Amino acid sequence: MKYVDEFRAAETAQRYVREIERIVSRSWTIMEICGGQTHAIIKHGIDRLLPQCISLLHGPGCPVCITSAGVIDTAIELARRENVIFCSFGDMVRVPGSTGDLLSAKAAGADLRIVYSPLDSLRIARDNPQREVVFFAIGFETTAPAIAVTVQQAKQAGLRNYSILSALALVPPAIEAILSAGGNTIDGFLAAGHVCTVMGYWEYEPLAAKYRVPVVVTGFEPLDILQGMHMITAQLERGAAEVQNQYSRVVTREGNRPAQQLMNDVFRVVARNWRGIGEIKNSGLVLNNDYQVFDAGHRFGLSHHQVAEDTRCISGLVLQGRKKPPECAMFGTVCTPERPLGATMVSAEGACAAFYRYRPGGGDKSQVTKQEM
Amino acid sequence: MASTDSNPFRSMNGPMEPERILLAHGGGGRLMHQLIDGLFGLTLLDGAYDKKHDGVVVEPGSTRVAFTTDSFVVHPLFFPGGDIGTLAVWGTVNDLAMCGARPQFLSAGFILEEGFEMDLLRRIVHSMRAAADRAGIKIVTGDTKVVDRGKGHGVYINTAGLGIVDRNVQIEPGRIAPGDVIILNGDIGRHGIAVLSAREGLSFAFALESDLAPLAGPVLHMLDSGIDLHCLRDLTRGGLASALVELATTRGLNICIEEQRVPVCAEVRSACEILGFDPLYVANEGRFIAFVSPADAPTALDVLQSYGTGPSVIGSVTDCVSGIVTVRTPLGTKRIVQMFSGEQLPRIC
Repeated sequence: MKYVDEFRAAETAQRYVREIERIVSRSWTIMEICGGQTHAIIKHGIDRLLPQCISLLHGPGCPVCITSAGVIDTAIELARRENVIFCSFGDMVRVPGSTGDLLSAKAAGADLRIVYSPLDSLRIARDNPQREVVFFAIGFETTAPAIAVTVQQAKQAGLRNYSILSALALVPPAIEAILSAGGNTIDGFLAAGHVCTVMGYWEYEPLAAKYRVPVVVTGFEPLDILQGMHMITAQLERGAAEVQNQYSRVVTREGNRPAQQLMNDVFRVVARNWRGIGEIKNSGLVLNNDYQVFDAGHRFGLSHHQVAEDTRCISGLVLQGRKKPPECAMFGTVCTPERPLGATMVSAEGACAAFYRYRPGGGDKSQVTKQEM
Repeated sequence: MASTDSNPFRSMNGPMEPERILLAHGGGGRLMHQLIDGLFGLTLLDGAYDKKHDGVVVEPGSTRVAFTTDSFVVHPLFFPGGDIGTLAVWGTVNDLAMCGARPQFLSAGFILEEGFEMDLLRRIVHSMRAAADRAGIKIVTGDTKVVDRGKGHGVYINTAGLGIVDRNVQIEPGRIAPGDVIILNGDIGRHGIAVLSAREGLSFAFALESDLAPLAGPVLHMLDSGIDLHCLRDLTRGGLASALVELATTRGLNICIEEQRVPVCAEVRSACEILGFDPLYVANEGRFIAFVSPADAPTALDVLQSYGTGPSVIGSVTDCVSGIVTVRTPLGTKRIVQMFSGEQLPRIC
């Protein structure tokens, strides 16, 4: 398949691995931000190809994982209302809030619809003028423009039965929160190619300079990730802390300006509560005053839920790269995809789910032999 | 806030048995197997028979009879490459075929929804007739029920099938042996993607048809060619991965497959990339895997090649007894294949 197979070629992968082995002189800790990258790394065993001295940490870049239990509780509360059709992306519906998930609300009678695009929820609102249609707007800068377009179209169409519950989040403030926290051990970042497709990468330049940490904007195929690893290792070895762009076939420094403009027109920046991490300033998007009538919180007069998370779950530490999934005593025993304690286990792109799915024994590099046969 | 009665799990501390049936209980993954092994298996099934097979072989007299049943609730009723009628006939024919049986008789039970269009029912019934003729099976008995409007999805169909198994044929998970070669009869994922795109109105830039096909022909052809088939399994819900994991666990032997040898057409690969699906878990209705000794593999491959679906030797059974499935990736690394825990859900990004 074009644009996929050429980025999964074994020989080229081995060349990158050999080149990384050649230049690396000490231990480095690298965090990939994006859940899609985490998934690709574990699925293709990229961490096992790399030299032992390079450790990978899996960052907070899965929008499903970082959506707070309080927002999910609110979503369930809305979905259970008699007159509401609640629309969600598929991977959000199994994520537990504090008392249940959207799929079980559906089993108990809620009208839950899985949509592939926010525009699908708009069509549902047009087709059901007597019902309230709520779209669960989760995601990062990648999905925000499509949601902005949807809300604009709802306004243009004069829809009065449509609203969104926003849990949209912004990536750079989360990176800064991780970098500025005490005990941070991260030497370099692979930034998420899809987020940068929209936003560009100029936002990372002050972060790289302030914290003296190299950033490489990286794609999602195995060879993208290996090339990104090579670029960042090369920077680390020569003591550089620059922002480089591995994913240049898609990403530019300035990003997609019309998409950014759309986001500015529709949203405003607020503090957001990240699951497992806590509140991060300026890291969330909600509808601005011009579009407030489409805000589900405003429309239904919802109060903000703050709920305690399961204390046995270490997903917050996993999301910050402080722990790896197999280091959790609950991993694979009490906590599995059927009964997840935290969202890193339930979302397919969550680090715990990726480990569980591809390495149910937990296997990190050192356990390869034991665990594979 | 949601009250605890909406929580499908009793408590985060207690036993994690869902209190209500979830869609995932029918998804072909882990929850479904828990239900079958637990409640159904322990309460209903006679212990003398193998619940881990697509059908059962019984010997009421001097004849060995394969017996199986299946219910069909596919939505939409008509999809690219087939409809619920064809599926209801060939699905059961295929379960018989996986026992190595020559299909003989079929029952057809209909649950119809009040208001369902007679014209659509006619189309479905004619499809069933054509499918039965092509598979060489006779529909000999049936049942009809009508439920209130809104209580059904147009039409549900149950079929049960009987077939005759030759004396020398012994096809079952227990015969899978170390060193066995695993042959897949064609590319995977077509049915799941075709039905999904029809159901959800996904407009891909290609036309993809279900792989729906009767499998008794190729299986009997292999048997008639003298191949000793150790075990067969058709790949339906849960896809290739779930079939392999189920057999590896049941038999307690490891299976290793090569990802690059598993054929997946460009259309299915593209759709899976977009939706975040793994083709190994996507449903099929005309694909199966055969476990044969290495000596029989070339003949089996020759036979299957004559059906034009592009068969492939995808891996083998090792002598390691931990019962896991591993896949070697194109990069040369290995990963473990697990049974999926529920339905595959389309991802956000």
